[in-house]
Amino acid sequence: MSVINIKNLTKIYDGSGLEVVAVNNIDLEFEKGEFAAIVGPSGSGKTTLLNMLGGLDSPTSGEVIIDSQNIWELSSRKLTNFRLNNIGFVLQSYNLIPVLTAGENTEFIMQLQGRSKSERKNRTKELLDAVGIGDRVRSRPNKLSGGQQQRVAVARALASKPKFILADEPTANLDSKSTETLLNIMETLNKTENITFIFSTHDARVMKKARRVITLVDGKVDSDVTK
Amino acid sequence: MIWSISWKNVWRNKVRSSVVMTAIGLGLTAGIFSSAFFTGMVNQRIKQAISNEISSIQIHDPKFKETTELVNFMSDAPDISDKIQKLDNIAGVSNRIIIYSMVSSAETATGVKITGIDPNQENQVTGINSKIVDGKYFEGVSRNPVVIGKKLAEKLKVKVRSKIVITLQDMDKNITGGAFRIAGIYETPNTGFDESNVFVRSSDLLQLTGMPPGAAHEIAILVNDNEEAFSIDQKIKKMFPDKEVLNWKEISPEMSYMTEVMGFYNYIFIIIILFALLFGIINTMLMVVLERRKEIGMLLAIGMSRLKVFGMVMLETVLLSLSGGLVGILLGALIAKHFETNAIDLSMWAEGYSQLGYDTLVYTSIEPEQYVVIAVMVIMTGIIAAIYPAYKALKYDPAEALRIE
Repeated sequence: MSVINIKNLTKIYDGSGLEVVAVNNIDLEFEKGEFAAIVGPSGSGKTTLLNMLGGLDSPTSGEVIIDSQNIWELSSRKLTNFRLNNIGFVLQSYNLIPVLTAGENTEFIMQLQGRSKSERKNRTKELLDAVGIGDRVRSRPNKLSGGQQQRVAVARALASKPKFILADEPTANLDSKSTETLLNIMETLNKTENITFIFSTHDARVMKKARRVITLVDGKVDSDVTK
Repeated sequence: MIWSISWKNVWRNKVRSSVVMTAIGLGLTAGIFSSAFFTGMVNQRIKQAISNEISSIQIHDPKFKETTELVNFMSDAPDISDKIQKLDNIAGVSNRIIIYSMVSSAETATGVKITGIDPNQENQVTGINSKIVDGKYFEGVSRNPVVIGKKLAEKLKVKVRSKIVITLQDMDKNITGGAFRIAGIYETPNTGFDESNVFVRSSDLLQLTGMPPGAAHEIAILVNDNEEAFSIDQKIKKMFPDKEVLNWKEISPEMSYMTEVMGFYNYIFIIIILFALLFGIINTMLMVVLERRKEIGMLLAIGMSRLKVFGMVMLETVLLSLSGGLVGILLGALIAKHFETNAIDLSMWAEGYSQLGYDTLVYTSIEPEQYVVIAVMVIMTGIIAAIYPAYKALKYDPAEALRIE
């Protein structure tokens, strides 16, 4: 059963009378537990597709159906709530809150969900242990390496118990060793918690790990290969 | 955690936040000090006017207010003052004869208010006896002693033991006069009062005018606490319904008006300070919101509601403003407290101040509730200052904000 169903999705940017078709009539389906990479050259529409999938950027036309619900039919308030409870985001530049510790960054999203303090504390510990930085729970982002910050970002994304995680170029700022570690952590979590991971990436190491690789060219699906 | 994030965010850029807090702090310190200074000045003026000039309550014959003629006296004044003495919270009662007349020296003449008093009685009501700067208070001159103000003495070019002539109408409306010798010269902070008020003994005036013994135009009453004047005057009105009984606010409405206007001006002054600071706070918070555009975009992306983002920026601005505000209130309160007992000396501008009736040694005074009002005003400023930056944050498109490198 598919978790995400994308139908005829199109995004056209209209700047100063010049129309740019970023995503052109794409149809895709993602199953639960997939570990998929969306690849393609710069400007091929990877991030735009991911943003529309994550309820951040509205499509010009088409549908993003998640659990039988076209998310772009939801009101702004409901869509925000939908993101909070169903989607985890991992971004290229980590985007942790600098004034909060690794633990607080992870816990924050659960607080937005209104979870109890004990549940928040337990899950935070569990997740930070799972991403291998359980000993850095009290460290602020500026005291962590890039790889460690991205691991906190993964823990934060998982904290809300989302249906799927969208990771936009998650390894772009990491060295080889950190990339390897992060990919192994995400692959393990994908397998153990059966969470769907969808990456947009240029990184060959991510493509290698991914069990499905979707290649976009000029906003269209050029190939869709399941290993 | 929103509170925690907002508070931590205040201290994210310590230098910038400190500059804003210092500006708010100094602005409020100045505002509170100026409020305390002007309130103290006005309170002193009122206290001084009550203790030296008008007293707390005055009783007259109703006709006396219309025409301050000699004949409009109260023949039962001793009986009235005896009864008032027995009331609670009465510090003193003095029967006075009031005559507006001419006083002349060998050099010149001028119009003055002659107040005939019993010096012992008057000591309980006014502090003129303690304001003597030359000679003595009705001592050292056996016949027709007079106490005049320093400014009047300078005007008449007279000194202690000089003779002056008081010209007035007697009970038969004939012009009469008497020679008086200066026993003492007083000086109050109000040169206008000093220039126009002369004190003589009632007994001398009674003899000169032919008024009956015990007659008085005015019964001046000093109460222990000025605020009690407003309840005591009601009691006296009931006791003597045929007399005109006035409290100090009725005698001198400008005093009461001055207090109200000063309170109003003090708040206006603080509002102007806060209004100027408002733009500084808005500017700072706009910079903050712009700098954190990507972070705010991320918060919106992960599912933080726009209302919570709005609230977070609002809270951060209020905390920033309130921190500076509390420092300012504390500093202002400490300075005001210090000058409550250590006078600010304005004697270099003594002439100007004393013409207006103000003392040149000013003790600050501020009501505790003023601090609460000021703190509320600071919070309001913070809220107003936060609206636009918070609105800007609210309008961020998360997808667009996350694209920023």
